[in-house]
Amino acid sequence: MPINYYIFLSVCLFCIGIIGVLTRRNAIVIFMCIELMLNAVNLLLVAFSRMHHAAAQALDSSSLAGTEAQIFVFFIMVVAAAEVTVGLAIIVMLYRNIHSVDINFLNRLKH
Amino acid sequence: MNAIIISAVWGVLMMYAGFFLQSKRSIHLFAIVGICLMIACTAYEFLNGLPLFAIDTKGLLQYSNYALVFLMIVLISTLLYFILSGSEIDATGKSTTDLYALVFFILTGIAVVAGFRSLLMLFLGIEIVSIPLYVLAGSDKSNLKSNEAALKYFLMGSFSSGLMLMGIALIYGDVGSFYLDAIRAGFGMLTPMKGAGLLLILASMSFKVSAAPFHFWTPDVYDGSPTVFTSFMSTIVKSVAFYAFLTLFDHAFGKLHEHWKLLVAIIALATLLIGNITAVFQQSVKRMLAYSSIAQAGFMMLSVFAINTFAKQGLLLYFAAYSFATVGVFAVLSKMKDHSIDSFNGLSKSNPFIALSVLISLLSLAGIPLTAGFFAKYYMLLAVIREGGMVWLVVTAVICAAVSVYYYFRVIQAMYFKDSAEADGTEFSPYFKWAMVLNAILIIVLGIHPDLILNLI
Repeated sequence: MPINYYIFLSVCLFCIGIIGVLTRRNAIVIFMCIELMLNAVNLLLVAFSRMHHAAAQALDSSSLAGTEAQIFVFFIMVVAAAEVTVGLAIIVMLYRNIHSVDINFLNRLKH
Repeated sequence: MNAIIISAVWGVLMMYAGFFLQSKRSIHLFAIVGICLMIACTAYEFLNGLPLFAIDTKGLLQYSNYALVFLMIVLISTLLYFILSGSEIDATGKSTTDLYALVFFILTGIAVVAGFRSLLMLFLGIEIVSIPLYVLAGSDKSNLKSNEAALKYFLMGSFSSGLMLMGIALIYGDVGSFYLDAIRAGFGMLTPMKGAGLLLILASMSFKVSAAPFHFWTPDVYDGSPTVFTSFMSTIVKSVAFYAFLTLFDHAFGKLHEHWKLLVAIIALATLLIGNITAVFQQSVKRMLAYSSIAQAGFMMLSVFAINTFAKQGLLLYFAAYSFATVGVFAVLSKMKDHSIDSFNGLSKSNPFIALSVLISLLSLAGIPLTAGFFAKYYMLLAVIREGGMVWLVVTAVICAAVSVYYYFRVIQAMYFKDSAEADGTEFSPYFKWAMVLNAILIIVLGIHPDLILNLI
């Protein structure tokens, strides 16, 4: 498949994520949208990695060039997992105090 | 390289130290020993050129003299921060050792960012800095404002990381490598994919350094977090974000400077104007300092705009001047009973030494000559003038510096020309007084001899 399909798919996923972050008001849904953005990036990185690797192998069949993006994807997964632990803990802490995860609620409390 | 390993190990030791060290004083001392060890090892690496731990990172991390001097400045600011704000860290939350451990883990991330030569390390370093910081922002668990700050900081931080990752992926797709040198070599011409990647990375870095129009989270987060951690995130962490910003745009995107410099100039201009004008209207000193940190970020953006020798040297001086001064003001602020300007009334009568140190710190933030802040601002402006063509930017920056004098002097006026209505209840220990005086002396020395830092590079 041409690389364009992958780019379009992951850009679509990424934009859905951004729109979700900007429009939704539930902290957990916003958080899920951020995860969607990260996964769009993962998909794109793997596709690019495959593309660069195939191009490098055409010149030299033992070449490993282009595989580093797949390692990057693992790092993104690890970091995303760490963010989930901290993020959900923060949301739980918030829920204990105000019994809601609606971020509008916070703005109302300020004034 | 030394700093990464020592801070990671010391962070783990710090977590277990809670079992062995009973008094808060010994925990505090243990943390200071860790920082001093890191400073000594970084100085050793700087002088001898050989790290204690020789690890082959395949060129992912490289520590130039510039990186090591930056690391030294950050570590010395952290030492000052520990000395001045240690008692507040002890007072926040139940487990002091965990908070110290998180600060050490942040320092690990800072050491990674200091030496990054690949976008992978940049991403990892920034995340290692950010994730413990989300926890620190929310460490006052029962306080709703602290909860809000943590949530907002977390959502904004991970959103901007997502943007940065997309930028990195697009640039990788075009260039085929994560190494800064390879990206620089492949960045001869601007393609749509590179352009989109560059814009996304610019936006996410602006988020991290709280530059306008991506600054809206800053006042709430800085205001809501416990004051002692606001001090840390508005000085040391902001310096790191700027260091990453400058290094990335210098090493990787330097060839396309002509294409993005106007954009950075507009961001710098907007940051300067919004930060300074909004700070004038603040009644709480904490919120005023939050906006002042946006204003100072505007000045630091000038170095990203100019990217020349003056910009790079001046930025390190700026980090030192800004961190020392802000850490000092925040340390006194966190000991006050509330955060209003009135709480500073009559400080010069009750505590003349403290008032004098705060005065020097505020003068340095405003950029008055004989303090470090003057030369820091001077170098930023000089860098822009050398770059040429943007006189309006320099003129606006100077006007904004003049505006900033107004809001810093309101605090000075409260300290020196107003009398406290009630008997002053704030007590300062002699240890704290001497540390504040030392801080002020450092600011003055750097103001008279900025070459102490500049000649190191």
